[in-house]
Amino acid sequence: MTFRLSCRDLEFLKTLRFNDEDLQTLTSTEQKEVEETVLKKYSTFHASKKAYDSAPDVNRHKHALFLTDSLLNLSKGYEALDASRTWICYWVLHSLSLLEVLIGDKVKTACTQFLAKCQNPTGGFGGGPGQISHLAPTYAAVNALIILGTEEAYKVINREKLSDFLWTLKQQNGSFCMHVDGEIDIRGVYCALAVASLTNILSDKLCENTAGWIISCQTYEGGFGGCPDMEAHGGYTFCGLASLIILGKHHLCDIQSLLRWLVHRQMSLEGGFQGRTNKLVDGCYSFWQGAAFTLIHNLLDNPPQHYLFDNRALQEYILICAQHSNGGLIDKPGKHRDEYHSCYVLSGLSIAQHFNSDYQILGNSRNEVACTHPVYNIRVDLLKKGIFHYRASKLVEEL
Amino acid sequence: MSSASSDEELGTEYTFYRDKPDWKDIEPLSQDEDDPVVAIDYSPEFTDVFNYFRAIVSKGEKSERALILTKDAVKLNPANYTVWQYRREVLKELNKDLYEELCFIEAIIFKQPKNYQVWQHRRILVEWVNDPKYEKNVTKIAIEKDAKNYHAWQHRQWVIKRFNLYEDELNFVEKLIELDVRNNSAWNHRYFIINNSTGFTEDILRKEIDFTLENIRKATENESSWNYLRGLVLHNNQGLSGNKTITEFCESLYSSGNKSSFLLSLIVDICGEQASKGVVDADVKIERGRALCEELATKIDPIRKNYWRYIAENLENGIKTSGDSSKVL
Repeated sequence: MTFRLSCRDLEFLKTLRFNDEDLQTLTSTEQKEVEETVLKKYSTFHASKKAYDSAPDVNRHKHALFLTDSLLNLSKGYEALDASRTWICYWVLHSLSLLEVLIGDKVKTACTQFLAKCQNPTGGFGGGPGQISHLAPTYAAVNALIILGTEEAYKVINREKLSDFLWTLKQQNGSFCMHVDGEIDIRGVYCALAVASLTNILSDKLCENTAGWIISCQTYEGGFGGCPDMEAHGGYTFCGLASLIILGKHHLCDIQSLLRWLVHRQMSLEGGFQGRTNKLVDGCYSFWQGAAFTLIHNLLDNPPQHYLFDNRALQEYILICAQHSNGGLIDKPGKHRDEYHSCYVLSGLSIAQHFNSDYQILGNSRNEVACTHPVYNIRVDLLKKGIFHYRASKLVEEL
Repeated sequence: MSSASSDEELGTEYTFYRDKPDWKDIEPLSQDEDDPVVAIDYSPEFTDVFNYFRAIVSKGEKSERALILTKDAVKLNPANYTVWQYRREVLKELNKDLYEELCFIEAIIFKQPKNYQVWQHRRILVEWVNDPKYEKNVTKIAIEKDAKNYHAWQHRQWVIKRFNLYEDELNFVEKLIELDVRNNSAWNHRYFIINNSTGFTEDILRKEIDFTLENIRKATENESSWNYLRGLVLHNNQGLSGNKTITEFCESLYSSGNKSSFLLSLIVDICGEQASKGVVDADVKIERGRALCEELATKIDPIRKNYWRYIAENLENGIKTSGDSSKVL
């Protein structure tokens, strides 16, 4: 079923401002500043909207232009992302797939060849050609190849070597380091399990002790930190929960305290999510926190018939506050657009719009974006096709 | 530090590696790409440095000049983990003064405090010299600049655990909480210190509960202190409802007319816990919890309406919602 949603009442929003109880601290000052900026955006929309508008449109055309442009050319400013080029590939290809923008065969082949050049003979992918393998760009490259979805793309991944690479990173306590000599955190676990499960090279041995290590990252607040003892954080919580689900070990974590932490990350006035307690809203958490709701839903004892977060308010934040006027999506009003935020804000929009088999669309039905998978963040149909491909070919472990 | 060339500001009086006489023997290696996608419009300096970097890596050259080159490369892109990794190999090979390297990375950390690679480099150096004496100060400065910098906190926690440096940490964190009672990273750090040093003994638990309640009184809408309180209760077998200090504090705050959603949420869980323990007036407890959930859903915390209705339903069905300490501890 499709449900049409409309924006919250402006006067009501004004009642939701943060109450600092006359104790000003840096946290409350910054929070109040952001609320005023966001309220201004909401007021502008309400003042300018026509009677038949219930919400702004997704600026599909402008987003697609920004994204396709960055698939080809990036300015000098991107030098800082020179070790994340497979990421940019994934962010852009995934965003375009959610917007259902088709990519020509020539560009697909060029992307495939580029990703192939980032793969190392010893297994795994670097962030660019000639860079050593690293789990994060490996995850990005594998996802990008599955989104490309051609035989040529599927064939790029050397699964046997990928498995070798994962083994070089595996720690005795169950965690993974990001690269040889690299840092250990929960992203490593997620990236390793995601690529291994996608390409059908996941074995019990590879994830020995891993579930226990993930659980040791759940904090007293309920969310997960990057490593044991660290503060609960949206990105790391997603990694922890998605990994437990891949392992089928979600029952080991405290779901109710995770849920309590998670629901409180949605900002009352803004509608978007913050990453940690008492931090500011950021559009990218629309996915990291939003997807966690989809993941957690079916783990509950009596899952309700609706989302446990306000998916209307999240869509409102995305449409009104997180779209850059020139195309591309952003963290919060006033921030620069980039591919990372474009990807995770659009992915969050997808999560907010699709609940079970229902469509709950804020504004025009043309605002709907395609359905993404909450564990892998790949469009569902492309994911199924990819998994089917690798399932059909023999397990490396059995060779 | 020794080389004039690397100390020049890149881009101003930059001498290209291709024009340097002492690099004449090296054939630069350009990036392997025919039909590039996500192609960056590199500056000439960037291309020059990385062409020579690729060349020395492919030769496996670990020399003084290679060390200088990696310095130029990380200045251009401190997120390039390949360069850092190679730099460490060179440092080791040449048996360099690692304290000098600690100074170098400190400067980069302060320019790029939210970068994984720079903190990882520092961590490996600290392991190598097996000396944590500068770490508390470096993280202190980073935390002064951004009190919620995740990388800085993570480095600090690592060094404390690794070298058993818990002493004086409570003081450090107490000052930060005083400065901003809403700094959740500071609260998390407080939990970390106690949990890993003395542990939450009965005595410490009592002190911590008093400390937290005092801070809740200052800002009753501050989620950080309420969450910390819930964290403390995980170490108390009597649970929420069995701790008189907490229940009396909540009831008195509630009677004063306070409507903090975190207060109401805690009372809901207290009600649920009491009901599940089979008190005589379990129905009354459930009804109170349910009414509070409805008040949260409609008036106090409407963004979480669906959640509060779900909690109310669970209360009636006797499903535990306050959490499971056996899984978090």
